[in-house]
Amino acid sequence: MSVYIQGILILGMISVIEVTGMTILTGFTGIFSLGHASFIACGAYTAAILTKNFGVNFYIAITAGALLAGILSFIIGIPTFRAKLKSDYFAIATLGFGEAFRVILEHLSITQGARGLPGIAQHSNFWNVLIITVLTILVARNFIFSKYGRRAIALREDMTAAEMMGIDVYKTQMLSLFISATMAGLGGGLFAHYIGFIQPSMFTQMQSSMLIISVVAGGIGSITGPVIAAMLFTSIPEVLRVANLWRMVVYGAVLVAVMVLRPQGIMGFRELRLPRFLRKNESGFNHG
Amino acid sequence: MFLQTLVTGLAIGGIYALMANGYSLIFSIMGFSNIAYGTIIMLGSYIGFFAMTRFGQPFSLALIAAMVGAAILSLLSERFAYRPLRVRRAPSLFLMISAMGISMLLENLVYVLIGGSFYPFPQVFELGTVSIFGATLGFLDIFAIIFSFGAIFILNAFITKTRLGIAIRAASYDNITAMINGVNLNSVISLVFIISGLLAGLSGVFFGMKYMVYPGMGAITTKAYIAAVIGGLGSLPGAVVGGVILGVLESFVSVYASSSFRDVFSFSLLILILIFMPNGLFGKEAIEKV
Repeated sequence: MSVYIQGILILGMISVIEVTGMTILTGFTGIFSLGHASFIACGAYTAAILTKNFGVNFYIAITAGALLAGILSFIIGIPTFRAKLKSDYFAIATLGFGEAFRVILEHLSITQGARGLPGIAQHSNFWNVLIITVLTILVARNFIFSKYGRRAIALREDMTAAEMMGIDVYKTQMLSLFISATMAGLGGGLFAHYIGFIQPSMFTQMQSSMLIISVVAGGIGSITGPVIAAMLFTSIPEVLRVANLWRMVVYGAVLVAVMVLRPQGIMGFRELRLPRFLRKNESGFNHG
Repeated sequence: MFLQTLVTGLAIGGIYALMANGYSLIFSIMGFSNIAYGTIIMLGSYIGFFAMTRFGQPFSLALIAAMVGAAILSLLSERFAYRPLRVRRAPSLFLMISAMGISMLLENLVYVLIGGSFYPFPQVFELGTVSIFGATLGFLDIFAIIFSFGAIFILNAFITKTRLGIAIRAASYDNITAMINGVNLNSVISLVFIISGLLAGLSGVFFGMKYMVYPGMGAITTKAYIAAVIGGLGSLPGAVVGGVILGVLESFVSVYASSSFRDVFSFSLLILILIFMPNGLFGKEAIEKV
């Protein structure tokens, strides 16, 4: 496989990891975050600083980055979920959080401010990113099929009804946010160790929007849909190099068109599954 | 120094208030956060800029062109991106995503067609200053204060005194009940988008004059969201008060603390207000009831 194609696939898989986290939050719990770039940035910076300044092992560093991103999500999640903010208000709160976090990154000395961190060792390669991506998708799948996942789906469908059925809304929302932030942080750590250079301007609101676009275009209530969408959105612009400038224009149009014409997305409430004869057991659980 | 900071804050607060008004108006009637509003402001600014530079129009005509142009764009975005969803009663999440799409589409269209360079607005006012009680103010700031508060005053009169204004207020309380009582919801919502477009054009031109015209300038509307949240989402007097408070506070923070700290301060303020008083100063009940 040529280095070029490998590069596209690696970036695609990193975005799949981040989008899978967003799928749990937006696609299955029905929470809309505009600040996930902050979790990606947190994971990227933590992992990069650990390997670069402290010589920590790569895998320990990206795990630490992911966990710190998860802990960061408590800072925004605990107060807003406890205050029972409605979806729009939560989205605005995360937007503010993401922007504030980026401004802080621009002024810290350990992150070297707006100039960014150069010279990060390039530990991410095709195989370790592939394995981590598969593991992430498996974790997400198991989460959704667990009782926590069913609670999250119940919240998405009708929060009031779910609460009356005895579901702890606050805990369920926080768990979803924590998992999605961890996955975002994990993606960030891998990204930093693939590109080798990070700076705060890479983690703008645009990055948060890209995650949502993949989830929405892929289909709310599906894991495989957003995975396909994330891969497509990273690889198509590479294939169509000529039209690179128009890429974002087309994304915007796609987003509006999906909302207006097919709000369930490519794979809304369905999954891409193995052919029947390859499946081991038929659980028959159909969410949505 | 104190007075100077206060007056500078008022000037920027007036523009925030103007933007927050347009944003809040849409929120009050549609119940969703129009993320594309900043993009409409940016386009209004470009229209004003090109009307003056490329077509050599006087400032007054350029201002009108910017307002009308932004109003048309705002109306079109409603027709194509929001109305189909509203008719289907899609959740507000979907409207927000659609708005995000509109914003990406238009902003990047500007990057593709015009480019990402920063344009300085042509000099309209002399650089002179006026002293009031020892505080110096540029002509532009005075003009911005007068115009933004004038526009807000007219809007307020329109909303409270005219029949159409009453229809808007009725629809903002309850879309369905207003419809039952003979309000044509579609045209009221179109009207709201036109008004907010006019405000967007006006604030876009002021903003371009004060700073620069560039594709990313719509990001400044996050400040309008903050202002609207301080005043209470969906409340017009709240948006004005919130805008002024935010402008003045920011100006004090930049002078007495540091200007790099200013944005962190604003965003932290936003989160704190959302947590401790989600209704803001004048807002309606934010927590959903059964």
